[in-house]
Amino acid sequence: MSKTLVEKIWDAHVVKSEEGFPDILYIDTHLIHEVTSPQAFDGLRKRGLPVFRPKQTVATADHNVPTLNQLLPIKEELSRYQVDMLTKNCAEFGIELYGLGHPFQGIVHVIGPELGITLPGKTMVCGDSHTSTHGAFGAIAFGIGTSQVEQVFATQCLLQSKPKTMKIEVNGELEKGVGAKDIILYIIAQISAAGGTGYFIEYAGSAIESLSMEARMTICNMSIEMGARGGLIAPDQTTFDYIKGREFAPAGEEWDKALAYWKTLYSDADAKFDSVLTFNAADIAPMITYGTNPGMGMGIQEHIPATTGQPETEKVSYKKALDYMGFDDDSSLIGKPVDYVFIGSCTNSRIEDLREVANFVKDKRKADNVTVWIVPGSKQVEQQAKNEGLDKIFEAAGFQLREPGCSACLGMNEDKIPAGKYCVSTSNRNFEGRQGQNARTLLASPLTAAAAAVTGKITDVREMLEKVEG
Amino acid sequence: MKKFTKLTSAVVPLNIENIDTDQIIPARFLKATTREGFGENLFRDWRYDGDNTPKPEFVLNNPTYSGQVLVAGKNFGCGSSREHAAWAIQDAGFDAVISSFFADIFKGNALNNGLLPIQVSDVFLAQIFKAVDSNPKSALEVDLENQTVTILETGAQESFEINPYKKSCLINGYDDIDFILNQKQLIEEFEQAK
Repeated sequence: MSKTLVEKIWDAHVVKSEEGFPDILYIDTHLIHEVTSPQAFDGLRKRGLPVFRPKQTVATADHNVPTLNQLLPIKEELSRYQVDMLTKNCAEFGIELYGLGHPFQGIVHVIGPELGITLPGKTMVCGDSHTSTHGAFGAIAFGIGTSQVEQVFATQCLLQSKPKTMKIEVNGELEKGVGAKDIILYIIAQISAAGGTGYFIEYAGSAIESLSMEARMTICNMSIEMGARGGLIAPDQTTFDYIKGREFAPAGEEWDKALAYWKTLYSDADAKFDSVLTFNAADIAPMITYGTNPGMGMGIQEHIPATTGQPETEKVSYKKALDYMGFDDDSSLIGKPVDYVFIGSCTNSRIEDLREVANFVKDKRKADNVTVWIVPGSKQVEQQAKNEGLDKIFEAAGFQLREPGCSACLGMNEDKIPAGKYCVSTSNRNFEGRQGQNARTLLASPLTAAAAAVTGKITDVREMLEKVEG
Repeated sequence: MKKFTKLTSAVVPLNIENIDTDQIIPARFLKATTREGFGENLFRDWRYDGDNTPKPEFVLNNPTYSGQVLVAGKNFGCGSSREHAAWAIQDAGFDAVISSFFADIFKGNALNNGLLPIQVSDVFLAQIFKAVDSNPKSALEVDLENQTVTILETGAQESFEINPYKKSCLINGYDDIDFILNQKQLIEEFEQAK
């Protein structure tokens, strides 16, 4: 019988399937961090259980860590305690930890791929909704709650009902200045912040196939922002080339064996999806969000939709969102002054993002009214940026290159956007207060963020690119 | 895990859509390493000003409304996977949440903690809001065994769906780990066959 990619991987991991019960799904790799794991370790202690397969678990500290002076003791007491707790728990239960000071430390969804831990055909989970990032390699990867973290610790399995499948095809060529972040913000704006709920999404089509691995990660990363359980992309030569030679990637005979299997990982031509959507890459402009959920996005030249056009039941929530942002409906955002630019997060903090920003800001300087933070996704990304001299470009532009962590994406550490201030952010959520109490977030691509940093206001980056070339 | 069978209670209405888990419990309160105590920061930034003064207009600060059932607009619990959101709602005294649509991860987290997420139709949700609007003490009856929710004042009733396995977990108070641990041999056999 023909199968979708999700079904192929799912079926290969079902330990037991019984009518009326969720499947018992085997989990190949469990990633953990300091925020959603302590209560799960506690649960194990209460039940008197060990971690069943500690070698299939990898830990890092990312959500709650400072991005300056990481080798000093963490100033904030609760944060320090939580990070210390992770160290203690990992030692007690025999789990490998890439903590602060380790050359592999970084955002959990950045280090998995760069270390060759993330591989096609795997099932991967983490107590973090952006675990969908790893789907870029053709893996089933999704976020879980802490009770489920405990479940995976105890059994290396999860009780899960098989998700419905959706295929999203994006075909054609992207305009210059438009990238992966714009594709995914466009899709979410089209189908809404709840449009993918209950589904596992497979992204396909020529525009997706032509993307690099890092760009594919940006796409899969935000699957959760339309409510999807996860998103994935069939592995191809781009995937295999990216993985080969990485720290924990298979090598030698193991590589040949793995590669032969990976090449079977695609949706069969006549496989049936529960839903299929098709978009045209040429319709996508640089995107920006104007509201308080990631579905409230638009092409940067468009006007914020009018309240009168919203469904009756949604008008109150819509108005509340615009009031929070301090925006009028039916107005343009072009030229709006911004206060902060944040380039980072598991969505856009990889070396290609940093290169793209550096290439754009070379010989330019940030506007005086803007504070710019660049937070690399990992120690390896930070080191690579320095090796390539990107740090010098950022310094000359007045951009601050910090140390790795989740940082201002969720403002758990001290990297917060002050109340009322506008931040153009390459992260994934523009929820109220996400980047700090009463902070106002506008989600955008690294290029659009870099343009805002240079001009000090919302800018259509395409116009600046033309000037450079012209 | 906490058991759930039947409940009759007034409700706390929160007629806002797309309530994300960052609103339910902001990230800065996720530094605790136990499951308890999150209730005091439930909807923190909607409940309190920057200087910790309660906002009188927010429903949780309004003594007119009370009860063990939170009723909210569609797509409740979207965003971050933080289970702290379910813990906070439960810690604040709620045993059930009603909405016309739930985000997946939140729904799973709630079920894993004995907090019952009840998905009703848009029409029925509007009826609940209307009933509470005209009488804040208007009560609901939630019957898990029969999978029904009833607005007692009007007698309007709707059935809700729940996975039969999850239903039995709630009624009996056992959790997924108990269920899987009893089948560990199957897992080991699966690993060997891989």
